[in-house]
Amino acid sequence: MSSAAASAAKDPASALPATRLDWIPLALVPVIALAALPMVGSLPTWVTLTVAGLAMGMMIFMMASGLTLVFGLMDVLNFAHGIFIAVGAYGAATVLTRMSAQMEAQSLASDLSAMVPAVLAAIALAGLLGWFFERVLIRPVYGDHLKQILITMGGLIVFEQLIHVVWGPDIIPLPRPGTITGSFIVGEAAIERYRMLAVIVGLAVFAAMWLLLNRTRIGLLVRAGVENPEMVESLGYRIKRLFIGVFVAGSGLAGLGGAMWAMYQEQVNAQMGMQVLVVIFIVVIIGGLGSVVGCFVGALLVGLLANYTGYLAPKLALGSNILLMVLVLLWRPRGLYPIGKA
Amino acid sequence: MPEAAAAPMLALTGVNTHIAQYHILHGVDFEVPRASLTMLLGRNGAGKTTCLRTIMGLWRASAGAIRVDGRDITQAATPEVAQLGVAYVPENMGIFAGLTVRENLLLAARSGEPEAKRLAWIFGLFPAMKTFWNALAGNLSGGQKQMLAIARAIVEPRKLLLVDEPSKGLAPAIIANLVEAFKELKRTDTTMLMVEQNFNFARTLGDTVAVMDSGRIVHTGRMDELAGDAALQTKLLGLSLDSHQ
Repeated sequence: MSSAAASAAKDPASALPATRLDWIPLALVPVIALAALPMVGSLPTWVTLTVAGLAMGMMIFMMASGLTLVFGLMDVLNFAHGIFIAVGAYGAATVLTRMSAQMEAQSLASDLSAMVPAVLAAIALAGLLGWFFERVLIRPVYGDHLKQILITMGGLIVFEQLIHVVWGPDIIPLPRPGTITGSFIVGEAAIERYRMLAVIVGLAVFAAMWLLLNRTRIGLLVRAGVENPEMVESLGYRIKRLFIGVFVAGSGLAGLGGAMWAMYQEQVNAQMGMQVLVVIFIVVIIGGLGSVVGCFVGALLVGLLANYTGYLAPKLALGSNILLMVLVLLWRPRGLYPIGKA
Repeated sequence: MPEAAAAPMLALTGVNTHIAQYHILHGVDFEVPRASLTMLLGRNGAGKTTCLRTIMGLWRASAGAIRVDGRDITQAATPEVAQLGVAYVPENMGIFAGLTVRENLLLAARSGEPEAKRLAWIFGLFPAMKTFWNALAGNLSGGQKQMLAIARAIVEPRKLLLVDEPSKGLAPAIIANLVEAFKELKRTDTTMLMVEQNFNFARTLGDTVAVMDSGRIVHTGRMDELAGDAALQTKLLGLSLDSHQ
């Protein structure tokens, strides 16, 4: 920022109506967690369920954040998003399988030397596939939602079959590296190491995305483009380049989420992206189309609720996400953090 | 006067625009002289907004030529037109409601940061921009949003400003503020093309005028001449200036 801009920002008069974050949806996360405590009854069980819910939420956030940006910025209904998750998972599985010797050493350094390339491969492979999808399948159908649904669903089916061709039709088991397997005890609560890792990675991804969107010019462009792409072009920016960048980044994030999800499930299959797609769409809708903060809060709510209801009333677990979506949309019809579309 | 200086900043020659199956502009011809404010008037549906959007490249001309500062931009994409120094204030203002006033202006300053001197000048024109510097643009009043839209267009020096109905839906006091701001802009020799329905507003600011009807230019000339000819106003716009008083 220039000195004038900075001085204006520091001017006491200018600080009057500062931008405030809407804390109410964010507060729902601790409210739901605390409300579950008396129902669960046992503090250690509650801690375990809460960490599991947060970990699940973080992984869903990683898989969904790219979709919400693509939805918001490009107005594209991408039903093929699940394939980026699956391809990312297969990419990570391929690397981890080939580096299994490193993972037998039972040291964090050697585990990381296998996991980091695996995750990078997942991001790169999914990003590359995202680039292909944008250029070949989605670009001809911008502005036509029906064709977008048809062509992306078609793309999803074709690439699921291609996964069978490349990696075979069988489920691939994916053992976790030793240092992130098992649990540690806090008080009387058992906390799975991998779930803690998922929470840390999820928080890091959210922080990085928040900083990128709120502290950089590219982020400013993306946020403006989500609201009014035509006006961004009228200011002299080539929105199509931004579209490609966001699509590739969103696909890469889905790949990262897919890799994390695969290690959580300890297996990889071609349908895994499709299996989580409904939950991802629910999170994107709950959060508000195009809102990364909304997606983050929505994913945490979905993750926590799924774990609490799974423990308290297993028969309700499948419907808990739908119920949550209905309640949120009754309260805020455009989602928790609606974006002002032009 | 040297030839380059005498050449118009904007020239439209035989411009036709189709939107889907509809033929909206039918051979539009007019010029916007440098360092002047040209008013584009006409009844609702005459094609004024389409004309601005065609110049900006938001809709593509199907025939004819558009030149800005001597350069043909007929087939140029919108970002190219903007990079040439053309700024656009759309009818709906086009502000980014989820961004702060500061962020809206920062985004419009393509060459980097807004210059301190320029920013001070904008704060002088629109003090509300300084007061609400960190406020979300979506929380501003209608008049303040319009001020932001104009401030964004002039945050850097531009060759040409295209402004679509700046007074639309605003209270008289706000319109008076806008008039003063545009007068100040005129003193800086900024070239402007403005669509306007408020004839008083147009008469106060306009140097030259082009009147559209059914996608065609039906009159061009000096604004003061049109303002002084009630019969011509009635013929071209359907109402005389007296009825706007």
